[in-house]
Amino acid sequence: MTDIPTSTDPSLKEEPVPRRFFQRPLVMIWCAALAAAVTFATFAEPYAPWAFKYPRAWRLELYFDGKFIELKNWISKVVDWLISDASFGLFTFTELTRGVSWIMERPYILAKSLLSTGFLEGQGSAAIQILPPLSWIAVIVIIVAMARFARDRKLAALVGACFLYLALFNQWSSAMVTLSSIVIAVPFGVAGGLLIGIAAHRSRIVKMIVSPVLDLMQTVPVFAYLVPILVLFGFGPVSAIIATIIYAMPPMVRITMLALKQVPGEIIDLGNMVGCTRRQMTWRVMVPSAMSSLMIGVNQVIMLSLNMVIIASMIGAGGLGYDVLASLRRLDIGAGIEAGVGIVVLAIALDRLSQAFASREPSEHREERPSALWRRFPYTAVCLAVVLATGILGLFWGWAQAWPAAWSITTGDFWSELVKYININFFDELETFKNALLLNVLIPFKRFLIAIPWPVAMALLGLAGYSLGGWRLGVLCALLCLFVASVGLWSKAMVTVYLCGISVMFACLIGIPVGIAAAERERVWRVVRVVIDTLQTLPSFVYLMPVVMLFRVGDFTAMIAVVAYALAPAVRYTAHGIRQVDPQLLEAGVVSGCTPGQLLRKIKLKLALPEIMLGINQTIMLALSMLVITALVGTRELGQEVYIALTKADIGRGLVAGFCVAFIAIIADRLITAGAQRARARLGLQ
Amino acid sequence: MSNILRHSKMLLGALALAATTATTTPVWAEAESQDPIKITLHDWTGQLITTQIMGEVLIRNGYNVEYVTADYIAQFAGLKTGDLHVAMEIWETTGRDAMDEATATGNVVNLGETGMQAIEEWWYPAYMKERCPGLPNWEALNDCAEAFSTAETAPNGRYLGGPVTWGGYDDERAEALGLEYEVVHAGTDAALFAELESAYQRQAPILLWVYAPHWAPVKFEGEWVDFPAYTAECYSDESWGSNPDAAYDCGKPRGPIWKVAWAGLEDKWPGAHALVSNFNINNDEMGAMVAAVDLEGRSVDDVVGEWMKTNENRWSTWSQ
Repeated sequence: MTDIPTSTDPSLKEEPVPRRFFQRPLVMIWCAALAAAVTFATFAEPYAPWAFKYPRAWRLELYFDGKFIELKNWISKVVDWLISDASFGLFTFTELTRGVSWIMERPYILAKSLLSTGFLEGQGSAAIQILPPLSWIAVIVIIVAMARFARDRKLAALVGACFLYLALFNQWSSAMVTLSSIVIAVPFGVAGGLLIGIAAHRSRIVKMIVSPVLDLMQTVPVFAYLVPILVLFGFGPVSAIIATIIYAMPPMVRITMLALKQVPGEIIDLGNMVGCTRRQMTWRVMVPSAMSSLMIGVNQVIMLSLNMVIIASMIGAGGLGYDVLASLRRLDIGAGIEAGVGIVVLAIALDRLSQAFASREPSEHREERPSALWRRFPYTAVCLAVVLATGILGLFWGWAQAWPAAWSITTGDFWSELVKYININFFDELETFKNALLLNVLIPFKRFLIAIPWPVAMALLGLAGYSLGGWRLGVLCALLCLFVASVGLWSKAMVTVYLCGISVMFACLIGIPVGIAAAERERVWRVVRVVIDTLQTLPSFVYLMPVVMLFRVGDFTAMIAVVAYALAPAVRYTAHGIRQVDPQLLEAGVVSGCTPGQLLRKIKLKLALPEIMLGINQTIMLALSMLVITALVGTRELGQEVYIALTKADIGRGLVAGFCVAFIAIIADRLITAGAQRARARLGLQ
Repeated sequence: MSNILRHSKMLLGALALAATTATTTPVWAEAESQDPIKITLHDWTGQLITTQIMGEVLIRNGYNVEYVTADYIAQFAGLKTGDLHVAMEIWETTGRDAMDEATATGNVVNLGETGMQAIEEWWYPAYMKERCPGLPNWEALNDCAEAFSTAETAPNGRYLGGPVTWGGYDDERAEALGLEYEVVHAGTDAALFAELESAYQRQAPILLWVYAPHWAPVKFEGEWVDFPAYTAECYSDESWGSNPDAAYDCGKPRGPIWKVAWAGLEDKWPGAHALVSNFNINNDEMGAMVAAVDLEGRSVDDVVGEWMKTNENRWSTWSQ
């Protein structure tokens, strides 16, 4: 990765004869900088102790109420002020947020009544059911009918099987609670994302404000903003839904912006010619023609919402996420896996369904429409009939309303026994392997990173930014670095970089070869895709506890969890990159007598490099987003800082640590994106 | 919630109303609000049992109850604003700071002890006693440091402490008592007991933080290490105890599990306030119920129902 910036030099283009490697100016600057850095890190400690431990007196302080206080306390104070004092004249800030949550609660209650609790009169334990919820049969019939309508029988069978799993493994009632919050969070996320995206497309100022906010929304760990949300929006499922929306919306905004930009100019010209108003232009011309790209955003919102199920259950969403947490607290691994797989099948069903709706060909208009309503809308008619029939049947036979527990199956002790078997028979081998890796790779790398003085890291990152993307990027990297040091979290940030770095390295070592192997073999790819999809949607908590049993708590266990989760993009982007290599170039390679090995190294990998780098970029982002989970197995980094702040309800501390994580992500993202762009330019791909 | 589901087979409201009144015969608490009293549920079984017992008692006294799942510490934000009303288990050992902070605002009140005592201490499985005969006396720990060590910590022993968020001063304790042990922190309660389960399956050495009431000391045979008993001076006064230059040279405090409520509870539901204040249950009962759920696989509803039946003479006096 590092040889790309050093070996490409802008001056190359002007000079026909390339200079020798070590004579290029940037390479010389880098060599000098590295030498200076090593000298400084080795000898400067007695003369400049401030470079090795950031002095407390230099911490970032802000003004509040007559004096300067540390940033984290400042944030806490400001939030306190918002809650207790802030007012817009007619109403207070708290009343505003509570109003928002009241509005959002209405559709949620409706969805929950329909799917889970039934329609109730009154509240709490005194509530009386007026109408039962949709029966399990009705829900399955509706979802199958939707799949059949959207695509074909095959999809209908898949979706039906997914929902049948939920019933069969006795996950139905929890799954319906989860589903009812998802069906609220997703439309809000999609609509919100679409509107913000359109606004940003229309106005440069909005775009300038939105872009950095999106970066933060995607990279600040969720735990960091849970407490402020709880305080502002009240306790309960609505807060969980709002947290889900914040987490799941950014891709929708980004994709909207991108999709609108890509609408062909001819279509816009046509719109102008027929005299569209601005509103008509947006809703009648731009949005419909960008629809297929927009649906990718919808799909992302669904997947990310399901990723949030576990965390949402920690603040009162209940459902499948709560089942996973509770079963792992009593170390019932089997029950944890069953509930976790429940989340996966829900994700698969909703994902495939949304994709099918996205790519559905509108049926041609038929001239003569059948007169009978039920023939004109056969699917709706069947669904309504089943809803009514099972509703009435359910009054007399319980099984028609609620899935009877006696029909359920379970894997029981199988998983616990499996882990026990591995534990008893292979623990020593695993331990030896772990210790070898820990002592020879992980710990030396950690020591090395912690030993780097912060001004050196700042200077080197600044230089990297400059050589990849110009002085603006250099200044940005250096400033973000300075922020991390100035809030007193430098060493924790370095441990974060170590844990993520080592995990990303392993994820790439595994993921890139798998991606290469799967790229051109359709069958292998199908298997690989199922595996990586599952790893991404299965809550990591499910496999974290068995891993703890086999590898004890600590960095190694955390690393396994991060690698498992962050593997997917490395595989996906590599495969994608290799597949899109121009076949003519490959043919040229074959004609000029390349061996398969040469073909791979000299042509495919080189041309796929920008894609692979974007894959690594995504891997880093996912690794950073796993930090909060790794804190649960006892790592000592920024994720732990966020987690401590959460359990102590310390808003400022959590947000500051969250910003540090976000800034690390932003530095990595900007550097790699700039690198990938240069690589693209060099290869003549753009 | 389960109550609602139990009645979920009725279609007509009137019918359901008749059925509810007939089966539970509530003594409608007169003149008190029929808004639901929101009680928090957390993610450990003991707390679910305590809370559901309280909930059942309130319901049978004619109150409207709603269970809300909430985080142990984050719930204080809700209790302060009145979004939540009652929290049944705040442990002296882990929740004291958050509770004190909340009660200091005047919006949250402490409604006294639940009757259960939290025990938290260094714990080892029974088979380790053979390998380290001096136990449970803490002074034997140093002789066995080798036996409790792993490759990463050798020659020091390895002690698995609770999540850093639990506090507990274990690093300071090891230092003050001169224990040759490395303190490793688990990130969560689940990770802590996953390691115990793993070690127990292999009969491998382990020394860790265990607390009661919990299913672990019921499922696994073992003992708590005997440290010099905790006193307040031990934590505050360096000269106290065997190490004259350091605090924390003693065991962990044992203390009650508290009930807390939103300050407005007493005005809005005075009767419920009395019921919650009088709630009382002990460690042995709770240990047995937790084991019935987590180890025998019975449902919480079932276990709570049984307790309600056999202890009717007890909970019926709580309203006074």
